[in-house]
Amino acid sequence: MELTTIWFLLVAVLFTGYFILEGFDFGVGMLLPVLGRDDRERRVLINTIGPVWDGNEVWLLTAGGAMFAAFPEWYATLFSGFYLPLLLILLALIARGVAFEYRNKRPEASWKRRWDHAIFFGSLLPAILWGVAFANILRGVPLTADHEYAGGFFNLLNPYALLGGLTTGALFLTHGAVFIALKTVGDIRDRAAALAVRVGVATAVLAVAFLTWSLTIRANTAAIALAVAAAVALLGGLAAAYARREGWAFIGTAAAIGLAVATLFTALFPNVLPSTLDAAGTLTATNAASTPYTLKIMTWVAVIFTPIVLAYQGWTYWVFRKRIGVAHIPQH
Amino acid sequence: MDALDVARWQFGVTTVYHFLFVPLTIGLSILVAILQTLWHRTGDEKYLKLTKFYGKLFLINFAMGVVTGIVQEFQFGMNWSDYSRFVGDIFGAPLAIEALVAFFLESTFIGLWIFGWDRLPKRLHLATIWAAAIGTNLSAYFILAANSFMQNPVGYQINPDTGRAELTDFVAVLTNKVALITFPHTIAGAFLVAGSLLVAVALWHLIRRPDSTDTPAYRFAAKFGSWVTLISATAVMITGDIQGKIMTQVQPMKMAAAEGLYDTESPASFSVLTVGSLDGSRELFALKIPYLLSYLSTGDPNGTVSGINDLQAQYTAQYGAGSYTPIIPITYWSFRLMIGFGLAAAAIALLVLWSQRKGRTPTSRWLLRAGLVMPLLPLAANSFGWIFTEMGRQPWIVFGEMLTRDGVSRSVSMAEVLTSFTAFTLIYAALAVIECKLLIRYAKAGVPDLTPAPDPDDTDDAERPLAFAY
Repeated sequence: MELTTIWFLLVAVLFTGYFILEGFDFGVGMLLPVLGRDDRERRVLINTIGPVWDGNEVWLLTAGGAMFAAFPEWYATLFSGFYLPLLLILLALIARGVAFEYRNKRPEASWKRRWDHAIFFGSLLPAILWGVAFANILRGVPLTADHEYAGGFFNLLNPYALLGGLTTGALFLTHGAVFIALKTVGDIRDRAAALAVRVGVATAVLAVAFLTWSLTIRANTAAIALAVAAAVALLGGLAAAYARREGWAFIGTAAAIGLAVATLFTALFPNVLPSTLDAAGTLTATNAASTPYTLKIMTWVAVIFTPIVLAYQGWTYWVFRKRIGVAHIPQH
Repeated sequence: MDALDVARWQFGVTTVYHFLFVPLTIGLSILVAILQTLWHRTGDEKYLKLTKFYGKLFLINFAMGVVTGIVQEFQFGMNWSDYSRFVGDIFGAPLAIEALVAFFLESTFIGLWIFGWDRLPKRLHLATIWAAAIGTNLSAYFILAANSFMQNPVGYQINPDTGRAELTDFVAVLTNKVALITFPHTIAGAFLVAGSLLVAVALWHLIRRPDSTDTPAYRFAAKFGSWVTLISATAVMITGDIQGKIMTQVQPMKMAAAEGLYDTESPASFSVLTVGSLDGSRELFALKIPYLLSYLSTGDPNGTVSGINDLQAQYTAQYGAGSYTPIIPITYWSFRLMIGFGLAAAAIALLVLWSQRKGRTPTSRWLLRAGLVMPLLPLAANSFGWIFTEMGRQPWIVFGEMLTRDGVSRSVSMAEVLTSFTAFTLIYAALAVIECKLLIRYAKAGVPDLTPAPDPDDTDDAERPLAFAY
């Protein structure tokens, strides 16, 4: 396999991992005002992701770093082109990350309420904007022959991309509800499970519509197969959630997100950012790539360290595998 | 003002801001790990109290470092896309490795440390803070290797077809002589901040509440912090001296600009304080130490130090017409403020040690005041050091290879970059106020009372509260 193909795969894997992991973090954040009826319940929700959210976010930093190292042209064009959505994502991630750490550092209700807003909007905005961004990557954007973005902010807000944003928002919401049902005990668990099914049905409609639309834009056999698998996984996950088989439900929504992201990347390949203007502007895994020497070094680094990272992150989930409830929240 | 200027201001503001939190994260992670190790070894509860106390301050600070760090990685692509295209083949690699090797380690094990107090066996829990601290310090190496490529590009060639820099020797990039010396200098600077914080907080409690039952803990923290400060100040000076000599070789203009040395001199004297006209072209008053600059720059008291005018002429001949001179008042003053603030912190550390000689407890109100400003001094020194390093490299973004003005994103409008600069500045300012207030609140609260730790092996009692929960 070509090194550029390997790195296309690796970037895809990193974003897939990011969306599966931070997807439920975003979902928990969005559900904070919905499922958390009082402060202790909200603390239960935040503590379900407390030990892991920061590690989950590093998947994004690694995906960004891998893109920079392996496909500098892709990184440069995408990040300068999608300027305002990325700015909003950054501001949201800043507010949200600080909120987790600071929310419980003072007892006043007004203080906590403010950080709860930061967590809610800081989760909602990226959950939607990542969908908008990836839909636009698949659809293609106006790029000049020297790979400069020639559109504006509103080019990115086309109906297809907005559907993409709604889809990721809904997917992460369902994924988060399923995760909460898996990680909590008592009343909050029951409400999360019920909500997962209700939101999940709407999510399935959105996801099927979005994936179908995506495949009309560009498709190949593998992408179609992956999209079908994503839909099946989501429906299976919802059935499991309905049956209160929470572990299976989580595997289902995680697989659905992973397969949906894989669908987009597979449909995209070998392009990485198609141009809607000049065909010469289209960025591909080949013309956006670094030199083989850089890719070779980075491949070795990835081969050695990715399994290590997966091992200790997996171990973290094992350490914090127990369900939590309001009884576990200290009084102060 | 155009988009380039705003992009530069944004980089300056966001980077200096980010680096207010990073040194404390680097230094304090290790110091907290040492405190916890002392508790583990001795079983003395004062170390556990200090671990939890400074650990909390560490985490308040850590969160800010994490979230402002994401901006740094995105910013290269957003505002500096032509720079990213030019150096991506080389510069992207250490960034990606930093994330994969260091950030994962740091973030995952911090989570384990915060939430693992009663979930992990004691020894394993101690290992988590060390793993996080090692991750933090490793990350510094990779990002400094990336920065060192901008200061002194090595291990690359320019592809004549694409005009881009391509990696030819990755080991050369990682062992860049600028990186090898900048790393210890930066780490020592970070410990200067962390040690000073230990002292400031402990001193406040020692002087305000001399009869507290926790006095032994604060005494230890003040002494430990003072020694850390003094040792790191020494390390900062030694590494800074070597760095100055290396910088004189690779960027003689930066060091000439640090001195405001216009004409080549041999021997050259070091200006302790020069008051000149604002552009630095005319001297009004000067206090100078003869031979010192020659010695600092070359290791030889009679060595020749190139002046700005000669270097400018040399660069014009080499790179074409244009100004290759940084803004002299900025380089001159930031260089001096860096050294001055660092030395001031070391001086206070000496006073604190003196005040505790032979078991005495410090009482002086003046020492209290000095102690309170103490952590701000090395923080300022760190900021001025980076301002000097980065501003002193101008007009280059990659020295000798790419001008800063050629690195900016062409497709990003003035309105966009102004929006982002304003947004970051506002949110950063608000968070700075919140963070400082929280730090002060928790510093004042003092070391915690210890509740008996539950047995981590007894995992059956499902109802007991979580330790250190959000």
